Amino acid sequence: MAEVVKKFMYLNRKAPYGTIYAWESLEVVLIGAAFDQDVCVMFIDDGVYQLTKGQDTKGIGMKNFSPTYRTLGDYDVRRIYVDRDSLEARGLTPDDLIAVPFEDMETGEEIDNIVEIIDSERAGALMNQSDVIFSF
Amino acid sequence: MADTIEVNGKQLAVDEEGYLANLNDWEPEVANVMAKQDNLELTPEHWEIINFLREYYEEYQIAPAVRVLTKAVGKKLGPDKGNSKYLYTLFPYGPAKQACRYAGLPKPTGCV
Repeated sequence: MAEVVKKFMYLNRKAPYGTIYAWESLEVVLIGAAFDQDVCVMFIDDGVYQLTKGQDTKGIGMKNFSPTYRTLGDYDVRRIYVDRDSLEARGLTPDDLIAVPFEDMETGEEIDNIVEIIDSERAGALMNQSDVIFSF
Repeated sequence: MADTIEVNGKQLAVDEEGYLANLNDWEPEVANVMAKQDNLELTPEHWEIINFLREYYEEYQIAPAVRVLTKAVGKKLGPDKGNSKYLYTLFPYGPAKQACRYAGLPKPTGCV
């Protein structure tokens, strides 16, 4: 079946709680992953908080869905990008972020963490290459 | 589908597709009651998958889609169990959907 594969980018710009955007975005990514498109996920601005370790939502009565990001690799999302400037502007380092493992079932190749920290030039280039950008 | 199921004398709320409305309502007997409605007798092999799903949810806060489940089961329990044929034999209504329901989890994310 010859199908057109489009390049999708899910762009996450908002803090994980307080609005529904982060969770909705994650659900759309996971649901969309069933359609075999070329998908990447990018975190910029306050969106970088979505990937931070040690989230505790007890005080706000919401589900802590940060562990779910670790399944992105299982859902065949191979490309996850974080904007370096956004991290630095918030006093965060790559060590503050959760790792997303990926295992290629065909080759058996295992990668401990597919989260990639990129500069804004690269982020812009990736956006230009995308056919569709969903901004959350 | 009724809006509640009776488990050990208690009425537990379920959604329109039969998934438990409240995750914390789950107890093993929930799975037995649901299986009985589907005319299914749960074996240790069923329980292995149900317990696997509950652990998966505990760790990742998500009910996995069927192909993700298959992959994860293969990794944890071996390739003879991590394949569609084995899982569909156990759960003919769809291993992720049916087993998640028995496990008291929400409908799997990414099952279309």
